[in-house]
Amino acid sequence: MQTANLLPLILVIAVIAYGLAYMRSRTVAGPMGGIRNLKALPFYYAARAALWCAIPALIVLSVWAAFEGKVIQNLVVGSLPTELLPQSAGEASLIMSQINNVAAGKLNPDFVPADVVSAADKLGALKAQSSQFKTVLVVLIAVLGAAFAWSRVQPQINARENVERTLRWIFFACAAVAVLTTVGIVFSVIFETVRFFGKVPITEFLFGTSWSPQTALRADQVGSDGAFGIIPLFTGTLLISAIALLVAVPTGLLSAVYLSEYASKSARSVIKPLLEMLAGVPTVVYGFFAALTVAPFIRDLAEAVGLEASSQSALAAGLVMGIMIIPFVSSLSDDVINAVPRTLRDGSLALGATQSETMKNVIFPAALPGIMGGILLAASRAIGETMIVVMAAGLAANLTANPLDSVTTVTVQIVTLLTGDQEFDSAKTLAAFALGMMLFIMTLALNMIALKVVRKYREQYD
Amino acid sequence: MNSMNATAIRTENMSEKVAKPVINEQPENAVITEGTTVGQPFSDDPKFKLRNVEVFYGESPAIKNISLDIGRNEVIAFIGPSGCGKSTFLRCLNRMNDSIDICQVKGSLMLDDQDLYDPKRDVVELRARVGMVFQKPNPFPKSIYDNVAYGPRIHGLANRKSDLDDIVENSLRKAGLWDEVKDRLDASATGMSGGQQQRLCIARAIAVSPEVILMDEPCSALDPIATAKVEELIAEMSESYTIVIVTHSMQQAARVSDRTAYFHLGHLVEVNDTDKVFTAPDHQLTESYITGRFG
Ligand SMILES: Nc1ncnc2c1ncn2[C@@H]1O[C@H](COP(=O)(O)OP(=O)(O)OP(=O)(O)O)[C@@H](O)[C@H]1O
Ligand SMILES: [Mg+2]
Repeated sequence: MQTANLLPLILVIAVIAYGLAYMRSRTVAGPMGGIRNLKALPFYYAARAALWCAIPALIVLSVWAAFEGKVIQNLVVGSLPTELLPQSAGEASLIMSQINNVAAGKLNPDFVPADVVSAADKLGALKAQSSQFKTVLVVLIAVLGAAFAWSRVQPQINARENVERTLRWIFFACAAVAVLTTVGIVFSVIFETVRFFGKVPITEFLFGTSWSPQTALRADQVGSDGAFGIIPLFTGTLLISAIALLVAVPTGLLSAVYLSEYASKSARSVIKPLLEMLAGVPTVVYGFFAALTVAPFIRDLAEAVGLEASSQSALAAGLVMGIMIIPFVSSLSDDVINAVPRTLRDGSLALGATQSETMKNVIFPAALPGIMGGILLAASRAIGETMIVVMAAGLAANLTANPLDSVTTVTVQIVTLLTGDQEFDSAKTLAAFALGMMLFIMTLALNMIALKVVRKYREQYD
Repeated sequence: MNSMNATAIRTENMSEKVAKPVINEQPENAVITEGTTVGQPFSDDPKFKLRNVEVFYGESPAIKNISLDIGRNEVIAFIGPSGCGKSTFLRCLNRMNDSIDICQVKGSLMLDDQDLYDPKRDVVELRARVGMVFQKPNPFPKSIYDNVAYGPRIHGLANRKSDLDDIVENSLRKAGLWDEVKDRLDASATGMSGGQQQRLCIARAIAVSPEVILMDEPCSALDPIATAKVEELIAEMSESYTIVIVTHSMQQAARVSDRTAYFHLGHLVEVNDTDKVFTAPDHQLTESYITGRFG
């Protein structure tokens, strides 16, 4: 049976085990004068039966599924005559795909050596066998686990503790998945980054002031050397993010103050969801709004006052991005401001402080960690935002601090580096990983700075 | 304002209101008549002059037509079963009810013959004159010094740092806390014990030199020793302040107050000298309450 079909089967067995154990625990409890004489409630005996049925079976199933392919492949390749044995990894994958295709009926057996055909037959047979074994084994384990748990429905056994402990492990495993994935991503990025620095010196990458990653395909092409100086990208990212935060932080904070302190209940219940909707608008919509409405407007305005402006500008992208991230600041801040205990507010008001004095002196410092969290979230959104920048700020890697110029950002360059046909180990492609790494370090640094700020200024209430 | 004054005048004469029996029990003195209070609710030299005060939370009344004087430099205790409106009434006296949207206050409330609820009245100035201490100690999560200096800073009471230092020291001394904290004025107030925190809140309230201090069950979160200290403090402060204290402890009321007011279901049933209330109350309900038959 296929793995996909086995999963529901295990589930069904587990449900049956649950029901049987539940009934048995009630039967056992009956003559003793009720379930309160059991060490644990019937639910726990039942849950334990279900867990013991499902968990070992699932573990065996996943281990089997993980190694099944490899083992079968080795067996098949091992059975090939010596002259067909692959000499290199490339040959091995070629011959394996031949075998697979013959077995799947996609390749006419007449076109390949007879040994490959027989290997394909062998492959089919092994697969069928493996599938049978797997089904029998998994079902057996599930039933055995359930039966064991069922036989252990005894009043003196404390099933509650078993269940609690198992659940703890399950929760731990879920948390571990998230952490391990992050670690995995970081390591793969680090690995590729190191390869990139093998091709481009790290000093050139970090301190170079020009970015044009086009490398030559042929040695005699003009302009064959790419330039991988990251500084223009960083200034671009910082410029746009700074503009966005300049828009979002004051607006978001003040609207949070309005929402939590001044707005009536009904006004709040309308305004808050509306504000939050801003974050839900697809960024591509913001992008064309920025490119088609805001950017030309800014250019015309700048020209009207005699400034030179390009039709794609950091200012346009930053402003629109700022609007987009307002809700990150406002919504989170509003929540933490509301969470400041009423007694603190009353204490300040009773001393004759006005509402805004109370806000500034008492509520704000107490809510600071949460507010900082909101700002951080907004900042990481701004740094990571790509679409608006592509559409409104352009692709030109200018090293400038003038918000009216067109600039580009780290994320935009990652996209352009990786789209289109690429040789995977060219400096150009690997540069994307190095940029990703830099982005990662940048957000990490931002987090640490924010943490420091919060530690320094927070006023902890309890 | 005219209408309010009119009410005030009309109700100076209580019998004019139609008597409405609320609870019928056999003895004559066990009946609550809305708007009447047995004993001595009035005072010769009132700080607060409260007439026909009614408070509503939305539609439901919490205070029903209460008239009371609170004398200058008097300590008056509010007692009564839970939910009878003591806190609500107390919070009318510095308009802390303003921040509750659904709360409405009617009647005439005068502080030194000025209307508390005059729309033109400056609440900031009022609250500087009428300070408040809450049931649960609520120091700001700032340093001890900043807690006490909070009010003076807001009201601009000190021109120089040294003035502020003096105010802080004096207030902490008055609250009996100076010796305990003088070496750690910069430490966070939330790190103090509950009793210390409550005395800090009292120091914070007296730092703006109020005339009246309202206390809502100030000792209910404290142990007996801390309670004794706070009570001692109340006794000392009674020389220079008018103090209104809500308490669930009969002994505390008996120890600290000059007069005691007994509230029942939003009515002010009896006001008398504390000694009298605890030895020979005029009203049956008061007696039931202090002898522990309900409450
Ligand atoms: N914010 C509010 N909203 C609605 N009703 C309220 C509010 N505060 C108090 N009440 C109601 O008003 C009545 C009086 O409450 P209050 O807090 O004044 O009682 P209390 O005498 O102080 O009681 P306790 O001794 O338990 O503190 C109660 O019935 C209460 O339910
Ligand atoms: Mg109360």
